[in-house]
Amino acid sequence: MQGSKQNDIGRIHSFQSLGTVDGPGVRTVVFMQGCPLRCICCHNPDTWDFTGGTETTVEELTARILRYRSYFGTEGGVTVSGGEPLCQAAFVTALFRRLRELGISTALDTSGYRLDDEVRALLTVTDLVLLDYKYTNAEDHLRYTGCELSRVETFLDHLQKLGKPTWLRHVLIPGYNDSAESLARLREVRDAHSCICKVELLPFRKLCLEKYRELGIPFVLENTPEMPAARAEELAKPFKL
Amino acid sequence: MEFTQWTGFTTGAWQNEINVRDFIQKNYTPYYGDASFLGGATERTKELLAQFRELQKQEQEKGGVLDIDTTTVSSLCNYQPGYLDKEKELIVGLQTDAPLKRGVNPFGGIRMARSACAAYGYQLSDQIEEYFTYRTTHNDGVFRVYTDEMKAARHCALLTGLPDAYGRGRIIGDYRRVALYGIDVLIAEKKKDKQRVGERMMDVENIRLLEELSQQINFLGKLKEMAAMYGYDISRPAANAREAIQWTYFGYLAANKEQNGAAMSFGRTSTFFDIYIERDIRAGILDEQGAQELLDDLVLKLRMARHLRTPEYNELFGGDPMWITESVGGMGQNHKTLVTKTSYRMLNTLYTLGPAPEPNLTVLWSSRLPEAFKRFCAKISIDTDSIQYESDDLMRPVYGDDYAIACCVSAMKVGKQMQFFGARTNLGKLLLLALNGGVDNVFGTRLGPQMEPMADEVLDYTKVMERLQLYMTWLCKLYVNTMNCIHYMHDKYAYEKTQMALHDTDVDRLMAFGVAGLSVIADSLSAIKYATVKPIRDENGMIVDFETVGDFPKYGNDDDRVDEIAQNILTDFHNELKKTPAYRGAQHTLSALTITSNVVYGKKTGSTPDGRKKGEPFAPGANPMHNREQNGALASLNSVSKLPYAAARDGISNTFSIVPDALGKTEEERVANLVSVMNGYFENGAHHLNVNVMNRETLLKAYENPEAYPNLTIRVSGYAVNFCKLSREQQKEVISRTFHTTV
Repeated sequence: MQGSKQNDIGRIHSFQSLGTVDGPGVRTVVFMQGCPLRCICCHNPDTWDFTGGTETTVEELTARILRYRSYFGTEGGVTVSGGEPLCQAAFVTALFRRLRELGISTALDTSGYRLDDEVRALLTVTDLVLLDYKYTNAEDHLRYTGCELSRVETFLDHLQKLGKPTWLRHVLIPGYNDSAESLARLREVRDAHSCICKVELLPFRKLCLEKYRELGIPFVLENTPEMPAARAEELAKPFKL
Repeated sequence: MEFTQWTGFTTGAWQNEINVRDFIQKNYTPYYGDASFLGGATERTKELLAQFRELQKQEQEKGGVLDIDTTTVSSLCNYQPGYLDKEKELIVGLQTDAPLKRGVNPFGGIRMARSACAAYGYQLSDQIEEYFTYRTTHNDGVFRVYTDEMKAARHCALLTGLPDAYGRGRIIGDYRRVALYGIDVLIAEKKKDKQRVGERMMDVENIRLLEELSQQINFLGKLKEMAAMYGYDISRPAANAREAIQWTYFGYLAANKEQNGAAMSFGRTSTFFDIYIERDIRAGILDEQGAQELLDDLVLKLRMARHLRTPEYNELFGGDPMWITESVGGMGQNHKTLVTKTSYRMLNTLYTLGPAPEPNLTVLWSSRLPEAFKRFCAKISIDTDSIQYESDDLMRPVYGDDYAIACCVSAMKVGKQMQFFGARTNLGKLLLLALNGGVDNVFGTRLGPQMEPMADEVLDYTKVMERLQLYMTWLCKLYVNTMNCIHYMHDKYAYEKTQMALHDTDVDRLMAFGVAGLSVIADSLSAIKYATVKPIRDENGMIVDFETVGDFPKYGNDDDRVDEIAQNILTDFHNELKKTPAYRGAQHTLSALTITSNVVYGKKTGSTPDGRKKGEPFAPGANPMHNREQNGALASLNSVSKLPYAAARDGISNTFSIVPDALGKTEEERVANLVSVMNGYFENGAHHLNVNVMNRETLLKAYENPEAYPNLTIRVSGYAVNFCKLSREQQKEVISRTFHTTV
């Protein structure tokens, strides 16, 4: 799979100065460019292409992030999302190392598709992992994301070994992964990993439809209904800690 | 001085001189706890509120004005006492003899009073018309001296909203003095001052001051008389919390009867009231419910204040605004917070009486405010969209710890400073005027230095800046001179006798200038500098449009290349203003504030190089232009926070609208995150923030179906309005603004 070999140059899709839904507190969110997965519920198809986005250096990006430091308070910080940040693990590692030196908290929003030395190094400088856990059975996971579930399990087991604070994130798609069995299995995953301090069930929405149209990419879930907020809340109840 | 009404207060300098600040500092009790002690609305309050709401509904049905007394000239004692419900009211006093009935006040200008009556189907009485044929109004005076150039600048809307036909407002009497000292002490002090001034040389300054003092003393007497009509003897100090609030309100009411001033603010009273409330609670004569009722009643009175204005005024400043600003919170010079339980009670009226634009509740924000209070404020913003925030950490070093906000963003020391209000100039138009060599391309008016329109095929940044500087120099001189004429005449023909009686005799004066279209000029200059801007000319060679090719940095993205242009404009403009001395030795101050007038300014301005087309609205205040932000909300806040307060001490207004989902997933998260956002913004040196937390869909629904949303309140530049009272055009503009969303 592809990834940047140079540590200090990364390819980013966009920069959102105010993020409040990707980790705790007020966070600046950096969206990396390029993703090897093809999740059917993906909201950012414009981040898939590894040749898109703009190049930036750790220094540039750090300087940009520092402009928002006063807003982070005690809880907030920086979240790197994507795209898939693991594809540019060396760059993100260099970025996180720099941010940590400056006392800024770091969060990694990832699919967990890959675990190798580069990624292990990244995790040592990551304060919080937001791990997507999209489907609880192997067949669905492969079919709807293009990636084996076992990879995510391996990744999660490693987080458990590290004792790394982790939030599991699960987009509830009606008819795909919102059944009682599926959610029961998700609870089992949660219970088996003490590193998981929160499970976020996010209702599936179709705000991305326009993006798909613009890119000329078919949106597989076009005819799937959105998840009503009330039902998502109901389903989330057993996950409250 | 000694009064039995002062029993239980800690003594201090405040007893030997008029010094409300000293009284507060010696006697108030800071509060660090949360909102759990607060009570809700009592049955009595709910009944009063229902009566008020009914009248409000009738007012709306009658086109915005319930009734006008066309035969009486508004003043302190010209109306019989009026009540909403005499039996139930704890705090009394109305501007006329009936609730929501408006009085006429022609001292600012008879034409304005006449046309305002006519606009609502009334006719100003013959007696008033006749009386004012023998009397010079402020408006008459100004137009006697206006030069052709001043008239031209006004006509083509280069200078707009000047207070030359109505009361200038923006003066805050220290109404607390009435409660703390009673009228007799205030009169005695003013008489001493008059004696003292009488010993000075009799030059124009001192003769004028002597006459003013004599008028102040006269009106303090009328204030006492007005209160007596309601059955209160305010010659002596207030003896308890209810009296303290009543006496203070009488001071405000008298000012409001005397003056039809734009933006007559209330001051900074909550912590002052808290001292009386605490004393009564300790004495066992008041409980929490009773304390809240007093605040509720006061706020209800302030919500009933009305002035008679023309539809043109409403086109400029939508929503029938009063700007009865009450400043809450802040820190003391000694780093102790000025937040008290009554700061909470004041803000709690947004729950007990529901959200509303008035009074314009303004939180003086400091990084050191008690955390619980910050969270309470954030929660109110999320729930009601009815409060604004201003940086106490920025203002306290300049104004001390007993200042208040007049109108939207104008700070002044209460009772020690006053302001000569000066509306604003249109920066977008100034740029176009410069490019066209002194011809306004919308009105065809010639004004300013006359030269050829810029002939370049592509505009050159250096050349444009040279020209702009030339026109700015010219305009600033004209602007100060115009203001000097206006305020000389206002002092002469419509002097604020009640309000100035509640100021120190030797008062500091500020002259407040303003700019509109800051983002338009910044982005336009950025386009000229970083992209290719080709002027499009009409058959006479006048530049009427632009073709802008290529990208350029846009204000609102935390990009220093353009943000510095905006900063420099403010600094240069302020420096130019200072070159022309202001009337009565006033200090020149500047604001970036439009209120809703950004719509009208845009309407009267041609296309600009930033891509804005002729007639399209400007962004309000110091806001970035909508839909030009690419890096999210904090980047936009950063751009504004970099504007220099030192150059714009009359305030830098920014309106921040965000959908609830973009602030966090739960209410608790939203509150915490909003607190973090404000901490960061103000820590960066920002001055002001309006906060709206709502979905655009709500506004669209209210636009389609106003009757279903009678109390929907939103913050616009510097104040809050009832969305349904805005014109259709203003509503559309508000809806089109940037709402920060999640990605």
